[in-house]
Amino acid sequence: MSNILVFTELHDGHVKHVTLEILGKLSGQSVDVAVIGDLSNDQIAELAKYGAQNVHKLKGAQLDKYSPEGYANALTNFIKTKSYDYVFAGATSMGKDLLPRLATKFDAGLASDVVNFTFENGTFAGTRPLFAGKCLAKVELNGPKPHFISIRPNALGMTTTPTSGSGAAHDVSVDAGTIRAMIKEIVKAASTKVDLTEANIIITGGRAMKNAENFKILDQMADVIGATVGASRAAVDSGFAPHSMQVGQTGKTVAPSLYIACGVSGAIQHLAGMRTSKVIVAINSDPDAPIFTKADYGIVGDLFQIVPIMTEEFKKLLGR
Amino acid sequence: MNIFVCVKQVPDTETKITPTGDGSFIETASIKWIMNPYDEFAVEQALLIKQSNPAANVTVVRVGPTKDTEALRTAMAMGADDAILVETNENLDSYSIAKALKGAIAKSGKTADIILTGKQAIDDDALQVPQVLAEMLNLPSVSVIVGFEVSGNAIKVKREIEGGALEVYELGTPCVIACNKGLNTPRYASLPGIMKAKKKPMTQLSLTDVGVSDSDRRVKYSQFRLPPEKPPGKKFEATDPAKQNDVVSQVVGLLRTEAKVI
Repeated sequence: MSNILVFTELHDGHVKHVTLEILGKLSGQSVDVAVIGDLSNDQIAELAKYGAQNVHKLKGAQLDKYSPEGYANALTNFIKTKSYDYVFAGATSMGKDLLPRLATKFDAGLASDVVNFTFENGTFAGTRPLFAGKCLAKVELNGPKPHFISIRPNALGMTTTPTSGSGAAHDVSVDAGTIRAMIKEIVKAASTKVDLTEANIIITGGRAMKNAENFKILDQMADVIGATVGASRAAVDSGFAPHSMQVGQTGKTVAPSLYIACGVSGAIQHLAGMRTSKVIVAINSDPDAPIFTKADYGIVGDLFQIVPIMTEEFKKLLGR
Repeated sequence: MNIFVCVKQVPDTETKITPTGDGSFIETASIKWIMNPYDEFAVEQALLIKQSNPAANVTVVRVGPTKDTEALRTAMAMGADDAILVETNENLDSYSIAKALKGAIAKSGKTADIILTGKQAIDDDALQVPQVLAEMLNLPSVSVIVGFEVSGNAIKVKREIEGGALEVYELGTPCVIACNKGLNTPRYASLPGIMKAKKKPMTQLSLTDVGVSDSDRRVKYSQFRLPPEKPPGKKFEATDPAKQNDVVSQVVGLLRTEAKVI
């Protein structure tokens, strides 16, 4: 049995879903959770339900907002007082930024964006996509401990049979140290939707959307089914959508339960970024579009006719 | 002012990746290599800084094989002044690459004021080197930036986070900045630029020169393989508007009853 720490971040006061995915997968190990900030009793109970033995709430000055140095220093302080073999976190915006810094503080290695893993005789062995998912490889870690691992959201899935832990809560005072890159402000996104990398449903528009204005029809469907809207590289490069919406090798790699591609031809770099979606629906007027080779359900037709009908069908189905 | 730009050479995004027979890596023989797309934004940002500081020197650094120096030549053709190549044929991990970059910068004899990189390389997608390098050099750094401006002695950068929201940071030099798409529009190398680049100095170093050995490897990859193929899906013809309602209704129904995702 390994001693493991799972770092969880709060997003609008909520524990990220990926934390519970990680906890579920770590069933059978001795697992603590650390957060920077506070958690409610309900949140601690939820973490305990998925296996957290101890929940450490790290508190200190200058930690009200994320900063690379402040968070890395604070967590380093804390981890040094313990003897963890492994430290896990979600491969979120924060996790991707923070974990390499943290690992280097310990002169240790980090396996990033892992999609599955096992412990063979107490040693971590993971699987991760490379080349934006065009291939997979086994990943192992060497060198000083703890070893660090970031997990891609939505990849492990939620366990339906969690093993609970005692969920003992502790307040821990930590030092953010010297912060040289100071955060001045946070500019909120126009959309309040969950990020593409963590979305459960994604609707993507391609070059055939013709302009930015037409993305409205995707937004309408997204509102009905609780989806996040994405765009292909062709659509982003044509100025229809910002890069933060791009799915594919030079954008975001995504793994939702449902991916609906509208007017996306399916260039190899796009397919690489979305092929691990559980169910793929493609709408395209070209019956030979490569996207159909990856689609579970393909509809050959004009997206401007099909999408509004589909939105109505979803409304009927969901009673909205 | 000394600006260093770290670049990597990666397979073109349209490349079909084929694992080697023994699964130790991928077939590299027929790959078209390009400069990592995110590194182009870093090179461009360095050149933009140089435009307002003509005395600035821009050095591009790369760790990789010598047989193809496309990325370094491209960066110099765009306007970088000189280049350093740390030569290796190994598929190094992020920790080793960061350590090699640190060593190469130290060997240059110049003090780095700004180190620019792409936010990630699109081959191993590890998203580690800029942060690891910053830690090794004990420098402040911000990653995934889409906005960069100099205000007095400070640099103001915008970091893109979830859903397109931005964190605005202020930091001084020296620092490490990792660039994202959207930061700027990389220039194309001009023909005179390409000619000039051939005469620009390129220093070659070995891993030993920069103090990197096998013991620095923290992450080991093996068993490279293709992801499992999905079985073929169902395709519906709906170009005829008369059929569209039925087809869409059927697909939406299948999403609930068969795929169980809605």
